[in-house]
Formats: sequence, C-alpha cells, structure tokens
Amino acid sequence: MQTGYILLATIAVPLLTALALTVIPSRYPNAIRVLAVATGFVLFGLSLYAFFAYQLSSGDQFQFELRWTWIENIGFLGENGITLHLGIDGIGAPMVLLTGIVAFTGTIISWKIDYRNKDYFVLFFVLVAGVFGVFASLDLFFWFFFYELAVLPMYLLIGVWGSSSVFPTFARTKEYSAMKLMLYLVGASVFIFVGIFAVFVEAGIGTFDLPTLYEVEFDENFQKIVFPLFLIGCGVLAGLWPFHTWSPDGHVAAPTAVSMLHAGVLMKLGAFGIIRLGMQLLPEGADFWMPALITLGTVNVVYGAISAMAQTDLKYMIGYSSVSHMGYVLVGLATLNPIGVNGAVLQMFSHGVMTALLFAMVGALYDQAHTRDMSVFGGLAQKMPRFVAFFSIAGLASLGLPGLSGFVAEFNVFVGTFQTYPALGALGILGAAITAVYILRMLSQAFFGPANERWADLKEMSHLEQAAGALLIAFIVFMGVFPSPFVDRIADSVLRIPGVG
Amino acid sequence: MSNELNLDYSLLTPEFCLGGLAALILALDLFAPRFRKEWLPYLTAAGLVAILVLSLGWVNKESDFAGLIFIDNYTTFFRVFFIASTAVVALASAHYVQARLSNPGEYYALLVLSTIGAIYMAASRELLTAYISLELLSFCLYVLVSFSTSDRRSHEGGLKYMLLGAFASALLLYGISFIYGSSGSTFYDEIAAAYAGGTDGFELGLLMGLVLVLAGLGFKVAAVPFHMWTPDAYEGAPLPITAYLSATSKAAGFALLLRLFSGAFMPVRDDWQWMIAALAAITMVVGNLVALQQSNIKRLLAYSSIGQVGYMLMALAALSSASASALLLHLSGYVITNLAAFICIIAWYNLTDKEEIRGFRGMAERAPLLAAVLAAALFSLSGMPLFAGFFTKFILFQAVASEGFLWLAVIAVTMSFVSIYYYLMVIKEMYISEPEEPGRLQVPVLLSGLAVALVAGVFYVGIYPRHLLEVAEEATKLLFA
Repeated sequence: MQTGYILLATIAVPLLTALALTVIPSRYPNAIRVLAVATGFVLFGLSLYAFFAYQLSSGDQFQFELRWTWIENIGFLGENGITLHLGIDGIGAPMVLLTGIVAFTGTIISWKIDYRNKDYFVLFFVLVAGVFGVFASLDLFFWFFFYELAVLPMYLLIGVWGSSSVFPTFARTKEYSAMKLMLYLVGASVFIFVGIFAVFVEAGIGTFDLPTLYEVEFDENFQKIVFPLFLIGCGVLAGLWPFHTWSPDGHVAAPTAVSMLHAGVLMKLGAFGIIRLGMQLLPEGADFWMPALITLGTVNVVYGAISAMAQTDLKYMIGYSSVSHMGYVLVGLATLNPIGVNGAVLQMFSHGVMTALLFAMVGALYDQAHTRDMSVFGGLAQKMPRFVAFFSIAGLASLGLPGLSGFVAEFNVFVGTFQTYPALGALGILGAAITAVYILRMLSQAFFGPANERWADLKEMSHLEQAAGALLIAFIVFMGVFPSPFVDRIADSVLRIPGVG
Repeated sequence: MSNELNLDYSLLTPEFCLGGLAALILALDLFAPRFRKEWLPYLTAAGLVAILVLSLGWVNKESDFAGLIFIDNYTTFFRVFFIASTAVVALASAHYVQARLSNPGEYYALLVLSTIGAIYMAASRELLTAYISLELLSFCLYVLVSFSTSDRRSHEGGLKYMLLGAFASALLLYGISFIYGSSGSTFYDEIAAAYAGGTDGFELGLLMGLVLVLAGLGFKVAAVPFHMWTPDAYEGAPLPITAYLSATSKAAGFALLLRLFSGAFMPVRDDWQWMIAALAAITMVVGNLVALQQSNIKRLLAYSSIGQVGYMLMALAALSSASASALLLHLSGYVITNLAAFICIIAWYNLTDKEEIRGFRGMAERAPLLAAVLAAALFSLSGMPLFAGFFTKFILFQAVASEGFLWLAVIAVTMSFVSIYYYLMVIKEMYISEPEEPGRLQVPVLLSGLAVALVAGVFYVGIYPRHLLEVAEEATKLLFA
C-alpha cells in the first residue's frame, strides 16, 4: 500500500517526539532514552517500508504523494501557492532509507549521553525531521523550510555536546567549529534563497510546487545565471571544494551521533539539492556548468584524500575522507550520464552508511581512550577484536573493496566519468588509490601490530554500539553483494532527469 | 470635500474607553490611597482586553469620522494589534515597575494613552490628524523613556529621544506644508487625486515634501541615517518600555507610512520608490552590521530592530497589495517574537540585575524555560524555520522580489545571514558558557506564562500562518481599492 502518510510520518514522528520530550521531566533520563530509541526504531521501520514498497514499474515520476494546501490564492501566491507536497522518486527512496538507518543507529549510539540528554534528543529529532523533510518535499518552499530546519539545531548540538580538538600548534574549539558550520550553511542558504526568488518570479505562475515548475521552460540565459546559485548553495552542504572547510571541523567537533547524521545524511542533502533544484529545474543551466562541477569535484576527490592522509587525528581523517568521497558524488552528477549519475546516488547511500559506521566507531574509541591521535594507539585488535573488525569493514568499504557498497558506487562513477571526461576519471582513480594508502596505514598503525601497554584497560565496545554497527554493516554488505534493489530504483528516476543520457 | 461631515462619535468608542481607562488609573493612583498599587498592571491589562473585545465589533465595517479618521479593517487590525501588545507590556511591567520605578499610576496611564496615538496613526487619512496622533504617541514615550529617576542613562536616553524627536517633528511638519502647497489638500484621497492629475509646476515642492516627510517619519521608525537616538533610548529606557518602543511604536510608524503612501502618494510612485529603496538598503546593512559588535542586550536588540525596519521599508518601496499584506504579516510576527524575547530579558533582569550579554551565562542551567523561549525568539528573528521569522521573512522577501526589487531581496537575505551571528552569540552565552553562580532561579508564573503564550504564537505564525495572512490581506485590501 502506498500512501503519502508514510512520508508525513517520517517528518511528524520526530517532531512529535521532540515535543513529547519537552514535557518529560529531565529527572527520568532512562525514559527519555527509551522514547528516543523507540522513535528511532519506528523511523527505521517507516523508511524501510517506504523503500521496499516503492514500485519499480509504476510509471509515475513520484510515489507516496501527499498534497496539503498550505496557502493559496493570496498576495503573490496563485493556485497551489504553497503546498505541503510530499513524494519520493527512485532517488529519494534510498535517501529516506539512509536517513532511517542513520537516525536509528544514531539514537542507539546516543544512549550514552548523560549531560542534559533531554535537550539533546529534542534537538536531535528536529534535525532528523528536517532531513526527512528535505528528501520528501516536492514544494520549493517546504524544501527550503526543512533544509533550514536541519541546520537550525546544529549550533547547540555541537556547541553543548561536542568536543574541542587541541593540536600542538593550534586548537579548534567546539564553539569555533559550531559557529563556522552555522555560518557556512546559513550563508549557503542565501544562494538557495535567492535562487528560489528568481525561479518563482521568472516562472510567474504563483506556485512553489516543484513538479509544476519542472514543466516550465526557463529561458536559457536565466538558467545559466541561476543554476550556479543552487550549485554553490547546495554544494557547500555537499562539501564542494573550496567551500568544504566547515565539514571536517564541524564533524570532528560534533558529538558522535550528530557526526554520523551530518556526514552520513546532511551532506547528501546538498547533493540531493543539486539534483532536485539544479538539474531537474534548470537542465540547460546544468549542462552549461557541469564542466566546472566535474573539475571542482575532482579536486574534492584528490585534495580530500591528500588532506586525509596528512591527518593525525582519526576523526579529522574521516572528516577529510568524507570530503573526498563526496567528490565522487559531485563528479558522478557532473557527468550527466546515466551510469555516472547512478553511481553518484549509489555513492550517496554507500558513503552515508559507511561514514556513519566510521564515526560511530571513532566515537566508541574516544569515549574510552579520550584521545583520537592515531600515532599513540597500537595493537588494539587484541583488546577490542570486534571493534577493530567493524572499523576495518568500514575502512575497506571506504577504499572500495569489491563486495562492499563503496565498490558498486565508485565503479559506476568511474565508468560514467571515463565515458565523458577520461582524463578526470584517471585522477579520480588516483584519489581511490590515496584512500587505500591512508586507510590501510591507519589500520596497521592503530589497530594491528604490537600492543601498547597504555591501552591495557580498554574494553570491547558496548553491546548497543555493536548492535548499531552491525546494522550499518548489514547495509554495507547488502548493497555490496546485491545492489539491484538500489540500482533498479535509482536508474529509472535518473533517466527522467532532463539532460541525462 | 462634501459639506455633510459624518460626526458619528460612536466610531471612536474604543479610544474613548482607552482614555477613560487612563483617567481611571490616574484617579485610583491619586485619590484611593488604600488601593494596592501592584494591582494596577492587572487592572490595566484587564481594561485593555475588554476594549480589545469591544473593538472587534468593527470587523468588516467601514466608516469614517469627518473624513479624518477611517474605521475599516485596517484600523481594526491595528486596534487589536496595539491594544494587545500594550496589554502584554503592561503585564510584563508588573514586577519591574513595582521593584524599580516610582509613580506606577502615571506609568500605566501613559502607556494606555500612547496606545490611542498609535491607533489613530493607523486610522487617520489626513496629514495633520496623523501628525497629532504621532505626537501623542511620542510625548507619552518621551516621558516613559526617562521614567527611571534613579538611572542616569534613562535621562540621557529620554533627552536625546525628545530633542531628536522634536527635530523630526519639525521636519515632518515642514514636509507636510510642502505637500499641502503642491497638492492643495491635507486629505490623503485629495492629495492622490491632485497628483494623479499631474504635478505641473510643483515637481520641486512635491520632492521636498516627500523627502522631508520621509525624513521625519524615518526618525520615528528609526531608519538609517535617522536612527542615532535608538540605541541610547533603548538602553536608557526601563526594560518594558524598551519592549514597547521596539514593538508598538515601530508598528505604529509603519501603519502610518503604509496608509499614507498607499493612500496619498501612489500616483507619484516613481518619485519616492527609489528613496525608500535606498533607505531600506542602508538601514538593513547598517543595523545588522553594527549589531555585530554590541555587548548589551538592549543595544543589540535596538540595532537588530533597525535591521528589521530595513526589511519592512523594503515592502514599502515595493508597495503593492501583496507586499502590504506581507508587511503586516511580518510586523505581527516581529512584534510577537520581540515581545517574547523581551519578556525573558525582563524576567532575567528582575532576578539577576544583568542586561549585558555576558550576564546571560548559564541561563539554560538557571532558568531553562527563559533560555528556551529567548533562544526560540532569537532564532525567529534570524529567520529560522518553525518560528515566525522564517515564514514572514520568506513571504515578505518574495513579495518584494515579485515587485521587481530582487536586488533589495538579495541584500535582505544576505543581511539576515549576518544577523544569525549575533543572535548565536547570545545563545552561546545562555547554553554553552558556564553559569556564574549555581542554582535554579524561580521565575514568576506571570512572566513564564506570558513567555510561553507568546512563544506559542511564534510557532503558530511560523508553522501555519494562513489565517494571519488572510487577516492581513483583508486589512490591506481597501488601501488599494
């Protein structure tokens, strides 16, 4: 059964939970935890349902549609001016699933939070609602509404529950990172906001409804001018070089579950926005600007990988590897070629799951060891075998080992790139090679080799963390060995993007 | 001008009642020594609410008093708006006035009297009536700003406000004389009719008139470069009066501007659009940039309100029925939000005597409800979703962009982005910095109740503003008839 109420529930359930949490007295921290994890589980169930009930050959561009008129026929708003129009296509479906997985595992990982955990979960669920909303919205107003909603709680989540990093020559306080992240993301939204104004005025039909706006043929010059607004605005969130510097700082400073959501899902909002607002709305603009995007995306891949190699802090390494991996997404989108765009969307899902796993594992280690400096660890495999196994799987997925999700995604991106820009494809593969270097070096240095006495009293990670990790690994392997449920959904919708093919 | 003037005094009943309420408050204060003074705010608020209900009787009615004062949906909208916000300010003053000010009777009476001025600023369709209403509001405010006899900043702020206000009034009057000279009337509709027939020979007089009127009113609403009094008056005034300045007095200025420009100056739109657009642009930029370096919460909100004035002026530059209703929507959202913010600041100041932003440290630990409401209000002012600010700004900016002022909307969005920084600095102190002293604070039920009610309004406007927008549309429809 397909109904838009499923999508509505993914937005309403976290918001209502946030509301309910505010009335639970904070002297019952366990009740708060149970409610949070239960909500996470419900969201996971809803997103699984939305993904698997998505019909492959329905012929409709969007499924699970729901349309509630919010405001119409008033002022400058015409018919269907602002509608709560929800729906997903084959690109939205895996994103909704991804959000469900990461939100659920995130609530499990957050069980450990003691300090004001009520406030924490309220903000966490506002963030989750925003993310689900962006993936499900088919109305420009609400798209932007949820986009900002996802940014809203970040400052406090990082500022209150985050951690500062101190290096020999400088420090990155959590306040600094939180403010940097907020200013980058809100600054980026200025571009999107202006783009929305321009599109609305140019279309002149008084509606923010996206499918209606997709029918409008915008003037070519207009498209060329406005597309970069969406590209930069959404690109910042996707970690587009040279606007990526908020992302390693922000992800490192954030508490574990927020890093998981942020790197795992929020960066995908950016890429998703490039598709929804950029490529689908302004195809000629996209065609014009894609050479620029593919160049910047390649810089992302190589520069991110080199930067990751230079890091001594485990979490910063993962942060920069996210920049590098998001580069594949951008490159894949920029090919405007069915295989490449397919790969980009696959990579969005794959990177989301594996980076969530990586951040969860780093968080589990940091909570015990209180340091993330790779060089001081050694031989952890003897003390924490499961932890090391989980971490290694995530690392191997990250470097694109066949049989895990990263391979499927990156392979598609490379094929797409070689068909369009062979030279840049070669550089992309170089990036993958560098990734292999830093991941394997990190594994050998920190986890294997002789045991370090200093870490003699480290314990295996908790059962909750193992459960969360296992769930994430299940999806990494699932997509690695059986990608067709993903590919089938994505491929059909990718072909409907004008200008792809 | 027809010879038969409609002198139906019943149209003015709510204002007569307001005047009566003010007199009653004064009389109680003077002649009833056994009347307990701490009941005055509740009496004031109760009286205001009763008058508010009474004024709802004029919904969808349309009439005028001698062509000077129009009672239509626009007036009714602002009647309700001003009376409600005055009632909130009166309640919010209760503890503050009792603890820190003498002469509570005069305080509340002036507050009520100023509301009459504010209402007639929205209602009048004649330049001199509008001017007198403006002066009524201003004179009450001059006194209220300098009401704190123990605080020298209050005297300084009051004096500055009065001197500059008098200067602005002079400019405005001089401007009115030019308008009268070039059009031959002080009635809005006759001015419009005169200008619609061409301004041959009077082009310069019209321009002078527009410039002077804009400068005079610009002072009142604190548009840059006429804003210099704002931070000092805001800082010096007793806190509830600061709230009142930022809410009612600002809204009244815009109520007058909107009625005046849509009623009288529409035919000469080309002559003033660029002026207001330029004012709006400078006001947004200066207000938001200067706010960045403030360390006192009152001054911060003073500059942030200047920034907000810039957004509202934008709607005036891009005047159309869509942008007028967007302006009313934004104004309502802004006033609700600002009052919510001020309630928290007042409550915090009552308990800790701190009004520096640094003094807000650890509010989340010591008074979590206040911190949450203040954070919500600040996020709303910066235009974050779920809160009023997002929706009202979105509608306002889009309305401006739709009228061909995309460049203004771009500046507005950019400045709105700048504003997030200084609001976050306040939130940082409340939530991230350690408290200076430990211990929960007991916030009075009255103030926490008000804060919760207002923040509920902020959410309502932010999530489902349809009804408010429809009301605003109804209220402004006749302006463009």
